[in-house]
Amino acid sequence: MSIKLEHLNYVYSAGTAYEKQALKDVCLEIPHGEFVGIIGHTGSGKSTLIQHLNGLVKATSGALYYDGKNIYEPGYNMRELRNQVGLVFQYPEHQLFEVDVMSDVCFGPKNQGLNPDQCMECALEALKLVGLKEKYYNSSPFELSGGQKRRVAIAGVLAMHPKVLVLDEPTAGLDPKGRDDILDQIAYLHTQRDMTVILVSHSMEDIARYADRIIVMNKGEVMYNDCPRKVFEHYRELEQVGLAAPQVTYIMHDLKEQGFAVEPNVTTVEEAAAQIKKALEKRK
Amino acid sequence: MDMVQTDNLIFEYEKRDEEGNVTGTYRAIDGVNINAREGQFIAILGHNGSGKSTLAKHMNAILVPTGGTMWVSGWNTKEPEHLWDVRQSAGMVFQNPDNQIIGTVVEEDVGFGPENLGVPTDEIWTRVEESLKAVGMLEYRHHSPNKLSGGQKQRVAIAGVVAMEPKCIVLDEPTAMLDPVGRKEVLKTVQKLRKEKHVTVILITHYMEEVIDADQIYVMDHGHVVMQGTPKKIFSQVDKLKEYRLDVPQVTLLADTLRKQGVDIPEGILRKEELVEALCRLN
Repeated sequence: MSIKLEHLNYVYSAGTAYEKQALKDVCLEIPHGEFVGIIGHTGSGKSTLIQHLNGLVKATSGALYYDGKNIYEPGYNMRELRNQVGLVFQYPEHQLFEVDVMSDVCFGPKNQGLNPDQCMECALEALKLVGLKEKYYNSSPFELSGGQKRRVAIAGVLAMHPKVLVLDEPTAGLDPKGRDDILDQIAYLHTQRDMTVILVSHSMEDIARYADRIIVMNKGEVMYNDCPRKVFEHYRELEQVGLAAPQVTYIMHDLKEQGFAVEPNVTTVEEAAAQIKKALEKRK
Repeated sequence: MDMVQTDNLIFEYEKRDEEGNVTGTYRAIDGVNINAREGQFIAILGHNGSGKSTLAKHMNAILVPTGGTMWVSGWNTKEPEHLWDVRQSAGMVFQNPDNQIIGTVVEEDVGFGPENLGVPTDEIWTRVEESLKAVGMLEYRHHSPNKLSGGQKQRVAIAGVVAMEPKCIVLDEPTAMLDPVGRKEVLKTVQKLRKEKHVTVILITHYMEEVIDADQIYVMDHGHVVMQGTPKKIFSQVDKLKEYRLDVPQVTLLADTLRKQGVDIPEGILRKEELVEALCRLN
């Protein structure tokens, strides 16, 4: 279920004084089963980009292929595309509306035309996947904490069995434990369900820890598209466009300058610790 | 008396069923004692639902205690006749900049606060100019807030508070929605205000790196203050913080990982310079 974007352009309010090109000639390929991170400053086009992936926003020009088929061809089954590409918006808990958690998660499968038993089955499975305790299944979603609400909202998308899961800043405003729990859960789903995951985040540390590949957006264009290690080598350029590298990357660069025998392009704490240990041992 | 001071602060919510009958009470804040002296930088950490925001809302009397007392700049927040003294002393900045900006032009938005306080027109303009200068947004005074970046919007929101000349600014997760540079802009602005205008800063955040310069950190859990101390003291207790669903800055985590593997470096490292220096001594 690969996704391929060819020379995609998107212009807001074309022909008016507010005309703005939100995406410029975007070419990308996301093979099935990858964990992709998207970073970019506020207003760089990240959210516009991901809203194209399930056809919510239609490109002004260019093509988007899902599983080899151009979704802009007349007669393309958009409904099926939206079943397969699940989108979790920013602050998805604001979209909870049902009287209890279970009904809320059942809403998606119900709209897919499943019978009540099947809906229940999908919902139970999804709630288990996001790790929400059973005692909350019949609670009102509004009585839950921020982290729990967000899990319910993500479960609502998972219950539809998407093949591609797109998440727009799923951890904004969550405490550190809530953040780690949700990201670990997503990483688990990625491997267990063989799902493609596309994660938009402002946390460089999180992206570095989970993504196989990072796409950097700037002013509507793809600035970098590479593995974390390679992308964060450009930390000075990233700072110019509102971003940064993970803190450990800066530490390793400083250590290298001080004469340590370390490779500066590491992006996680574990890698950094291993490098520093090795450098210290060599000296003995 | 300190700028912000509480004595055994308690806040209880009433839980209601669908018909609106009271079914029980929930204690969101349970016997909290904190204080912030003038010009201090105080940080409050805690997981979602720990009571941080409820506490913050007491600081400008959006909520009043159901038990105990809170004083802001010497005013007891429970006394209705001093409500406006309290609100003028402590200004609030919230998480989502889009929910706090009401003007269609930046300078109008910033002028809204002082206008409501009945400040004379000439002085409003002086204050607007000064506060926009203080947050580094003066050149955007005639812009529409819609077209600004998240960090810029948040700085306009801060300018709106500064224009009311509060002695204390309470920021409730002001950077949660911002990109890394936006985050830096906001924090730098807040520190600048503290230095130049001697305002007391109370910062609530989930980003541990943002509080390493705090004079005092309070950690909340289930409505209680469970840890209190300098950043060095708080962040040297990595495992305890994790129990409270919190974290440490990445550099502290790296130092802790190395220490657990037998590398001889001190506890409580908070800045990358400190770690690099400690490691250089070994090399």
